[in-house]
Amino acid sequence: MTPSIEAVELTKQFGTFTALDHLNLKLEGAKCVGFLGPNGAGKTTTLKMFTDLIFPTAGEAFINGVSVQTDRKRALTDCGDLIETPEIYPSLTPLEALELSGALRGMRPEEIRSRSAVVLEEVKMTEWATQKVGRFSKGMKQRVNIAASLLSDPDVVILDEPSTGLDPRGMAEVRNIVRGLKKENRLIFMSSHILSEVVDICDEVALINHGKLLFYDTLGNVSKRITASATSVELAFVGPISDEAIGTQIVKLPGVSSVYRVDAQRVRMSITGGREAQAQVLERIAAAHLGLVSFEPSQSALEELYLQEISKGD
Amino acid sequence: MATAAPTESSPRTGTTMGEVPGTIEQALLLSRYQFRDYLRSRRFILMLAIVAVIGGILSFILAYYNGSSTVAGLTSSSDAFYGSLWGGGVYVVIIFAGIIFGGDAIAGEFQNKTGYFLMGLPIRRATVYGGKFLAALGASIVAMVFYLAILVANGAVYLGTGLFPVSLLESFAIALLYLLALLGAVFLFSSMFKNSLYAVLVVAILFLFGFTLIEELIIGLVKIEPWFIIDYARATIAYPFDANLPPHIATVVTMGPRGGTVTTTEYNPTYPEGLAIMAGYFILTAIGGLFFFEREEFT
Repeated sequence: MTPSIEAVELTKQFGTFTALDHLNLKLEGAKCVGFLGPNGAGKTTTLKMFTDLIFPTAGEAFINGVSVQTDRKRALTDCGDLIETPEIYPSLTPLEALELSGALRGMRPEEIRSRSAVVLEEVKMTEWATQKVGRFSKGMKQRVNIAASLLSDPDVVILDEPSTGLDPRGMAEVRNIVRGLKKENRLIFMSSHILSEVVDICDEVALINHGKLLFYDTLGNVSKRITASATSVELAFVGPISDEAIGTQIVKLPGVSSVYRVDAQRVRMSITGGREAQAQVLERIAAAHLGLVSFEPSQSALEELYLQEISKGD
Repeated sequence: MATAAPTESSPRTGTTMGEVPGTIEQALLLSRYQFRDYLRSRRFILMLAIVAVIGGILSFILAYYNGSSTVAGLTSSSDAFYGSLWGGGVYVVIIFAGIIFGGDAIAGEFQNKTGYFLMGLPIRRATVYGGKFLAALGASIVAMVFYLAILVANGAVYLGTGLFPVSLLESFAIALLYLLALLGAVFLFSSMFKNSLYAVLVVAILFLFGFTLIEELIIGLVKIEPWFIIDYARATIAYPFDANLPPHIATVVTMGPRGGTVTTTEYNPTYPEGLAIMAGYFILTAIGGLFFFEREEFT
C-alpha cells in the first residue's frame, strides 16, 4: 500500500483563536515533506491532530486512508510519531521503553529485541540501553523517542521538530537519521522552522501561516519559482566601494533590478532572469575590476519564497 | 486539495509485524510496565514506609500496653483483633495508596508529558486508562498486603499461630472493593485536572478530611442517611468480624451540658448497602474519569 497522510478541511479553534483553518493537504508516496511555518503558524496543532493528541473542531485527518478521529488505533498502526519531546517513564530503560512500545504495537519479542538494537544504534544510544531514562538529558531522551518512533519500521513517520533540544552535533545526527529513513520507501512528514534542515532533507515542502496553507510544492519547483523572479545576491569588495561605481557600473547591468549598500564594502542587489543572468552580472562586475571578493545569493530559494509568502500574510 | 509531484525513493525491506494486540491485552501490557515503574519509584518506598510506620505504632502500642484490659479485649479473639486493627485501620492505608499511586496517574500524563509517548502508539485512550488503573490497583494491593502481614505477625504473637480467620479473607475482599471505589474516584479527579499537584491535593483533602466532614454535616444538620458518601460505606470492611451488625438507624439519647438530654440519630450502612455504595462509586467514577480522559487534549 502507498503510504499517505491526508487532512480534509482540518480546522482547530481554541476559543476564538483559529489555530488551523480548513487545511486540505494530501501527501502520498515515499518522500519527505517538510512542514514549515513560523512559531504559532499551526504546525504542531496539525501534527497533534494527526496523532489524536488534540481533536479537530471540524474536518478529519487520515493516515493510510484511516480516519485518526474515528479509529485512532488502526490509523496509528503503521505510523511512528514524535510530537514535542515526550517523557518516558523515568524508571524504565531505553530497552524497556522500546519493549513497551513494540509490545503495544504487536511486535514479537525477538523482533523487538533485534529492532531495538538497530534503532538504538541508529540514534547512538546503545551504550545507554540499560540505564534509567530518568537520568538522561533532554537530548538523550529525544534520541530514545526517535528510536521508539522508528522501532516498528513504519510506513508513515510524523516528526515534530525532531532536532529540538539537541546540540549542533545531535541536530546533524538527527538529520542523518531522517535522511537515512528517506531511502527506505516511506512517507515522512516533518515540521521544522529551520529552513536549511528542510532544504537538506526534504523533497517537498508545505508552508503554513496563521493556520492556512500557503503553498505545497516540490523543492525543485520552489527553486524554479524563485529563480524566475528576483534573487537576492550579496557582494563583498576588498575595499570601500564608491557610490559612483555602484551607480555607473552595477545598477545599470542587465538583470539588476535594485541595489542597496549594506556597508562600505558590501552591497546587496536583486537580479532577475535566473542563474544565467546571475552569471553574466558576476562576470561583468569581475571584469570591471572593482575588487570583488565574494558574490553569493544571500538566501536560498526556499528562504526567499518563505519570506515572500509569510510577509504577505503579516 | 494541495498535492505535489511524487518523489522517487528506493525500496524499503520493512519488518513483518504481528497484529496490534486487543484492548485487554494492551491494558495488561501497559499495567505491567506501569507497575514496574511504581515498584522502582520513590513513591513506592514512601508508601511502604507509611505502612511500616502505621504498623510499627500499632505493634508498639500492643506491646507496651500488653496486659491492660484494652489489649486483653483486642486479643481475646481473632475477630476482635482483626476487626479493630484491620477492619478499623486498613482504610487509612487504602486512602494513602490511592493518593500516592492514583493521584497523578492521569494528570501526570499531561503534566509530565509521558502521555505523548503513549498516545502516539496505536492504543485507545480507554486502554491507557485501564492499564494505569490496574497498575495503581496492583501497587495499592501490595501496600495492603504489607499492612496485613504486619497485623498477622502481631496476631501470631498475641493470638497464637494458625489464627487466620475466614472473616479476614471476607474483609480483605470488601477492602478491595473499597480500594476500587477509592481509586475510581481518585482517577476521576486525576482526569479532571491536568496538574498533578491539584489532583493530589483535592484527593487528599477529600478523602482524609473532606468526606468525613461532609458526612457529619449531613447527619447533624440535614439529618438524612449519607448513603451517597463513600466514607459512609467503609464501615462495612469491619462487618465480617461482627457477630451482631450495628443497627441501620439508631436513636441515641445523651446527657446534655445543662442536665437535659440530646437526641441524635446514628446511621450505619447495611451490609448490602455498603457494598452497593462502593460498587456504585467504582462504576460511576470509572465512567466519569474515562469520560474526562477521552475528552482531554494534549495541548
